[in-house]
Amino acid sequence: MNESELVSVLTRLSSATGVAGFEDQAVEIAAGYFQSYGCTVKRDRFGNLLALKAGTAKKGRIVSLALVAHIDEIGAMVTKVEDGGFLRFTAIGGLDARTLPGQAVLIHGRKILKGVIGAKPPHLLTDQERKKTVPIDKLFIDVGLSYEDLNNIVSVGDIISFEQNPLLLSNRKYISGKALDNRAGVAALIFCAAELADRKHEANIFFIASLQEEVGLRGATTAAFGLNPDLAVAVDVTHGDGPGLENNFSYKLGAGPALATGPNFDVDLFSKLKNAAADNYLPCQIEPIPGRSGTDAWAFQVTREGIPTGLLSIPLRYMHSTVELINIDDLAVCGKILSFYARSVNYTHGKRS
Amino acid sequence: MKIKETLAELSNLRGVSGAEAEVSSYLADRLEEGRFEVRVDSIGNLLVRKGRKKGKKLMLSAHMDEVGLMIMDFEKNGLLRFRAVGGIDSRILVAKRLRVGIHALPGVIGSKPIHLQKKGEQDKPFREDSLYIDCGFKNHEEAAGYLKVGEYATFDVKCAAISKNAFRGKAFDNRAGCLVLLSLLLEKNSLSFDAAFTVQEEVGTRGAQIAAYTMEPDRALVVESTAAADTPETEQELSSTILGQGPAISLMDSTVMVDRQMRNELTVAAEKAGIIYQYRRFTGAGTDGGAIAYSRSGVKTAVLSVPCRYIHSPHSVLYESDLKSTIDLVRSWLDTQQ
Repeated sequence: MNESELVSVLTRLSSATGVAGFEDQAVEIAAGYFQSYGCTVKRDRFGNLLALKAGTAKKGRIVSLALVAHIDEIGAMVTKVEDGGFLRFTAIGGLDARTLPGQAVLIHGRKILKGVIGAKPPHLLTDQERKKTVPIDKLFIDVGLSYEDLNNIVSVGDIISFEQNPLLLSNRKYISGKALDNRAGVAALIFCAAELADRKHEANIFFIASLQEEVGLRGATTAAFGLNPDLAVAVDVTHGDGPGLENNFSYKLGAGPALATGPNFDVDLFSKLKNAAADNYLPCQIEPIPGRSGTDAWAFQVTREGIPTGLLSIPLRYMHSTVELINIDDLAVCGKILSFYARSVNYTHGKRS
Repeated sequence: MKIKETLAELSNLRGVSGAEAEVSSYLADRLEEGRFEVRVDSIGNLLVRKGRKKGKKLMLSAHMDEVGLMIMDFEKNGLLRFRAVGGIDSRILVAKRLRVGIHALPGVIGSKPIHLQKKGEQDKPFREDSLYIDCGFKNHEEAAGYLKVGEYATFDVKCAAISKNAFRGKAFDNRAGCLVLLSLLLEKNSLSFDAAFTVQEEVGTRGAQIAAYTMEPDRALVVESTAAADTPETEQELSSTILGQGPAISLMDSTVMVDRQMRNELTVAAEKAGIIYQYRRFTGAGTDGGAIAYSRSGVKTAVLSVPCRYIHSPHSVLYESDLKSTIDLVRSWLDTQQ
């Protein structure tokens, strides 16, 4: 897969709707790509997408490696259809109220409506109001319809997604848009599947697009149980070096994915992933995580009798906003490291070895 | 004139105060197709004369500029520092996409992710000086290769119909007013008037001052977009105007006391033609009205506005029906003045 194909994969994935609990559109796009690279796809009972690229090892010597990226995104849900034709809403996943006023949204009712999250004009604001954040329960969505018309189309519980297509920035290396957390991870898995398409490997490789990570690693919990792989690597995003993060740990965009180390991660798997990068001259940053990683790796590690788990993350600025920003090279490098590692996995690596 | 298409085209144009050329050349092109002679004055106002010069000299005016940002400096890490041009609530800037500089480069204003915030941090809005524009430049040198300090940024928003009657887009303040004037110039009518598409209203009604001096009108009607706060979380009495209730006639604003006689002429013209109208129930904020009313020895001036929600934000909302009735009311009033 070349760079422009990768950009187009990410663009399609990022534009698709996949709010936690409402991921079908994004899942179907991902499924199409995995199929085109020789994978057998199915949805498990929870709805996770499982794509198998079969290994060549003999029965009894086959091990399975799960590469998992969550495909859901943050969004919102309608809580009230209000007089005057406005909608009230609540967050699905972690939304910062400060990023919301003035955003374009789609409301997935009986049909899809375009709307905007209203913001009081500066002319009418008091000094006191300017100094305060408008909390989510005081925000509202305007779709330009009367109460009656709106009520016929939208019901309480309908999903709201952000309306934003990704955009390549001037130097053609950075891309900005919504839901790059974690469509970037899904795109890295698709890149890896493309790398493996015409190559033989001993292990069974399962690509998993998991659901409902943003509301608590739920898809990963059931996928890990259902598949019970010998090894698992989660692919997600981590904080990029953006403004306001001087006192936090963050990772440089364009310097390769971040490989996590800490209690959540298997020591041997960590070094094998590190070597897969180093042996192939691929850049990689090390991300120490002292406890909970907040990723699907957290769920996989303690499933059944335990699964050795690793984590590769793509540095991303402005996480959980409509202007998330990544470097496309990090994505490709991440996919390559995964594919080199996947090809090296054999029966000596499995937890049952 | 196709109202929907023209509104979208006008709204999508980039024209922050001091850099309105894109808007003015669009309007000039449309007017030249309509065989008008247009003139651009020293500050950038676009001036047009319609019909023969006799009787009272009537001036219609609408400002072309929109609020936006100016690039002040480049950081070592390639981020851009900026300041607002015109009145922007800095809380509205967070997590927005922009078009930056004369080549309209894509950029974003991001903020510290929710995951890394301390408790209570969200209650306080981001300060404007803690926000940066990120165009994905690696460092100062790369940024300086693409952009110059002093260039402008606009919201990256495309105008869209969101329902049969409602539009969502940027800069309706005051491309809506431009549309009203353009429509009256291009339609078939026998009306005589002068039209001024002015610059730099948002930074202190600078263009209108010069345009009024040049045109020396007897009467002026400023066509604006004004805030409608007919939305939740605002007391009804503070809504100022309401979408769907027609053009809003100003009583006064921070720059002008509207001429009572003209106000009455407008209401009489509306009632005669069966056009719904409302009063602007808010007396703050300024318009080009002030700059025109005190020009030379004084000009009788009124202000008429298309009601518009969320002005000065990336996405305002207005109704096509209000646009149409504003055009109708201005036409009816002009009729009584010929």
